[in-house]
Formats: sequence, C-alpha cells, structure tokens
Amino acid sequence: MLEAIAFYGLAALILGFGVMVITARSAVHSVVFLVLNFLAVAVVYVVLGAEFLAVIQVLVYAGGIVVLYLFVVMLVNQKRTPEAHHDPHRKTGLGIMLASAVLAEVTAIVVYTASAPSASPIPVSSPVVGGNTEQVGWLLYTDYLIAFEVASMLLLAAMVGAILFARRMD
Amino acid sequence: MHLYPITAYHYLVLAAALFALGATGVMLRRNIIILFMSIELMLNAVNLNLVAFSRLNGHVVGQVFALFIVAVAAAEAVVGLGILLAFYRNKETLNIDEVNLLRG
Amino acid sequence: MTSMGWLLPLVQILIVLNAVLIAVTYMVLLERKVIAWAQSRLGPMRVGPHGVLQPIADAIKLLLKEDITPARADKWLFTIAPIMSLVPALIAFAVIPFGGHARIFGRDVPLFIADVNVGLLYIVSITSIGVYGIILAGYASNSKYPLLASLRASAQLISYEVAITMMLVSVIVTAGTLSMVAIVEAQLHNHVWFVFVQPVALVVLFIGGLAETNRTPFDLAEAEQELTGGFHTEYSGMRFAMFFLAEYANMIVVSAVVTTLFFGGWLPPFPNVGWLAFLGWIPGWMWFLVKCFVFLYVFVWIRATLPRYRYDQLMRVGWKVLIPVALANLFVTAILKVWL
Repeated sequence: MLEAIAFYGLAALILGFGVMVITARSAVHSVVFLVLNFLAVAVVYVVLGAEFLAVIQVLVYAGGIVVLYLFVVMLVNQKRTPEAHHDPHRKTGLGIMLASAVLAEVTAIVVYTASAPSASPIPVSSPVVGGNTEQVGWLLYTDYLIAFEVASMLLLAAMVGAILFARRMD
Repeated sequence: MHLYPITAYHYLVLAAALFALGATGVMLRRNIIILFMSIELMLNAVNLNLVAFSRLNGHVVGQVFALFIVAVAAAEAVVGLGILLAFYRNKETLNIDEVNLLRG
Repeated sequence: MTSMGWLLPLVQILIVLNAVLIAVTYMVLLERKVIAWAQSRLGPMRVGPHGVLQPIADAIKLLLKEDITPARADKWLFTIAPIMSLVPALIAFAVIPFGGHARIFGRDVPLFIADVNVGLLYIVSITSIGVYGIILAGYASNSKYPLLASLRASAQLISYEVAITMMLVSVIVTAGTLSMVAIVEAQLHNHVWFVFVQPVALVVLFIGGLAETNRTPFDLAEAEQELTGGFHTEYSGMRFAMFFLAEYANMIVVSAVVTTLFFGGWLPPFPNVGWLAFLGWIPGWMWFLVKCFVFLYVFVWIRATLPRYRYDQLMRVGWKVLIPVALANLFVTAILKVWL
C-alpha cells in the first residue's frame, strides 16, 4: 500500500514537472523544473532499491549537469526569444501526433504484455539487501572495466572538446 | 493491468510517458536549450527503465548500465552546450530553425 | 512497538530541526561576541544579561520586517530561491550521527535519524543542490550586483566541490564504508581517530568547507566593498533570514561532517586507553556537540583573523593547490591501503 502511494505521488510529480519543463515560457523556469524532475526520479530510484544510483543522479545530474544548463541560460542573454520567430515550415501538429503515437504505442505494448494471460504481473522482487554500492562498484571494476575506461576517455574527450568550443575563435 | 499492487510494469509505463514527454518537447520547442533538456528527460526515462528491470531481475547490472548513461549524458551536455555557445556567438539566437548555415 | 515505529523518526526529525534552528540563531550571537572580543569590544549587551536574548530579538525583527519583492524581479524564482537554499542545508542533517544508541524509557533509541549505506555521498549530493538557491537568487533579483555575486559564488562552490569530494574519497578508502555510523565505528575498531591517519585530508576538507559556506577568507560573494551585499542584496525580511539560516546551517553541517570523519564523532578521546576510561561516562552526544562547537569556534576565529582573498587567488588555490593535493593524497592512500 505504501509503495502504491509513493509510486502514484512520485509519478504525478515526475510527469507534472516534465510537462512544466517543455511548456515553460522562460528557459530558467524550465531548468528549475528539470531539477525538481530529476530529484523526483532520484526518489523513485530509492524506492526501487538503487540508493547509489539515486545519489549519483542527484550529484551528477541535479548538482552538475543542470548547473551547467543554468550557466548557459544565464550567459546567453537573449535579445529576442527563439519562440518569437515563427518558421512557416514547422509542423507543430505533426510533432504532437508523433509524440502521442509513441506514448500510445509504448503504453499499448506494456498494457498488452501485462494483461496477457501467460504473463501475469510479476511483483517487484524484494530489494537487494546489504546495500548495492558495493555490488555496483564490484561490477564496474571487474566485468565492465573496459567500458568504464572507455567512458572515462569519453569524458576526457568531451572536456577537451568543450574547452575548444568555448574559446573564442581568433 | 491493475492499479494495485505496484509491479515493474507500472514503472515501465511511467518511463514510457516520460520518454514521450521528452519527445514532445524535442518536436515542439524551438529553443535549443529546451531541446537539450527534453533529451535529458528522455535519457532519464531510459534510466528509469533500466533500474526497474534491475529490480525485476534482482540484479544490479541494470544500475551499472544506468551509470554509464549518466556519464554519456554528462559528456553530451558538455559538448552540446559548447556547440550551442559557439552558435550563439555567431548568430545571436537560440532558434533551432536558424541552424541552417550548411543549407545550400 | 509497531504503533510507535513510525512515531520515533518523526520525533527525531522534530528534535533535530528545532535544535539546528536554535543552534543557528545562537551561532550568530557567538560570532558577534567572539569577533567583538577579538577586537576589544563587548558585542551585544542590551538584550538580556550579556546579550543572551539577542538572537530572539533578531528573529522577531526579521519576522516582522517588510518582505519586499523588487518590481522587475522574477517573482516565482525570487520566492523559490531561498527555499532551494535552506532545504538542502536542513535535510543534510538526516544522516549525521549525533551519538550511538541510547536507552531512553527502557528502549534502545538510535541518536541519528537514518543510517544510510551511502550516507557520506548523500551529504555531498544534497549540499550540491544548495548552489541553485544562490544562482537563482542572483538571476531572479534582476539587478547587477546580485547577479555578479551569484556567478562568483556558484563558480567558487563548483570548484571547491571537486577538491572536497576527492578528499572524501581518501577518507572513504581509509574507512572502507560510506555510512556515517560505520565510519565512526571504524575509528573505534582501528583504535585511532582518522585525523592521525589523514591529516592532509582534514586541512583540505576544512579549507574547502570554508569556501563552500562562503566564509572568510573566501567570502568574495559577499564582499561588501565590491558587491554591496552579495547575492541576497535585494532580499529582506523572512526570505533574507532563510539565506542567513542556510549559511549557518551549512557551517554546522561542515563541522559535524569533520567531527564525524576525523574526530571520532560521538567517541570519547582515546577510548582504548585504560586510565582514560572515565571519559566514557560523559554521554556520546555531549562529546559530539563539544567537538562540533570547537570547529564552529574555528570558523569564527578565522573570520576575525584573516583578510579576504582576491578572486584570482581564490581560483588558483582551488584548482592549482587543493585539487592536486587531493589527488596525490588519494593516490598515496590507495597504495598504502592495498600494500599494508
């Protein structure tokens, strides 16, 4: 019962903040709603027993990446907002149709799978006891060591690239 | 599909809805920064899926995968925002429709 | 027991929140008094004997003052910014162990709200949210001094966060755990406070803590001579009080974290030395509070003593000194951990 209350409350928050992110007039407001959305997702991770990932979500996404967005929004002090200029080639109705088609399709698949007689809803198994930080770390440094190193190289490359872009082209 | 008790499918539907929201944002908005944020929403939906599956299978591999997605998202945001700043310096706007310097 | 199971955390949260808020108000009095003594003054003397009721008068004054929102400000962001600054500072206290277990009314009560297995990372991540309050306050005020101050403050917070987090990794490697309670217990089992194992980490962490809380000598974001009042120039009344509370609550968080990681938390000094066993009669939470108080005093002492850094010096210290030192420390710690 408790998990149901938590789930529906959090789902409402996540989707509500998500709608605000894509509808907010000002980009700064969008960023704030994005932070709130990420925090709600982090709480969902805790409910799902992934504490380590939840903390990383808050630390890296909410505390790092979104701060970067906020900086950029404040740096580009917009004289004319992008939405003011209307592009005649733009098909807004088609966009809405496509997005709702994606939602309908995915939801239909999930509902169909869940209601199929052979696949009765599998209850969420009990969370891994003893904390998952150790397990995640263990996997990262054994089975996924190469992927881990590649990811670090990717981050280094991104860092160099960002510095190169941000410098004024003289 | 019942509203109660909560199963992994509920989390999958939530992730699907979040993904669709992000897709809607990408298709509807013209501000490049908001497009980036919509992409972040979609990445989050994917992470939500992976964590739900990890819980369903009682194995943490899904969470490891999600960690890599977080790293890739960080790299993407950094480079994307760098390009965006360079673009803004040239065109003084953030409208995605005006990114057409290569159009013949 | 089952009917009381959910009540206990609520009571704990209530006690901790109130204690923190009272501690914050008296922290202000302590700061004014200590600085006054350092400068051969008396400090607040009018309200109550030796000014002990001054914090209450201050609180009433702030509550009753007019709360002004500038006309050109972004109203919604202007309101939400102080909240986003204060809430992370307060919920960081959820994992701080004020003591071990105590027997109260015949039942075993833990003297901490939660013992999470990612406790230390939780504090780092929650405090990294606090930067939004500062950036948004500067942006929403729609005024140049707050904007400059908030850009300075957030750049400073982000730079020093890197050094702090790397230093915390050294401590985590030494203790072998992320849980705050388990870190204290590791110090008990190793028979040594981690300050003797990781002295460099303590110094860097404390310097970083000064910068994270925007205190002298790193209080460039509030440099009155250059920026009038800092990112909260346009704030008044209760919303200003929230920024104020957040700053001092963050100081208490830094002191509590340093106490827990390096000075054995609630443990008495040298718990394994036989003839010092009488120190164990003093309850653990008293030891914790005393150690915390020492660090809060050091915060004030430093403010009364040191001048302010210049901005380029601040960035140089952060990136060219603290981060390399943190990396070297982590490297040495990891090697010793593997080979010893």
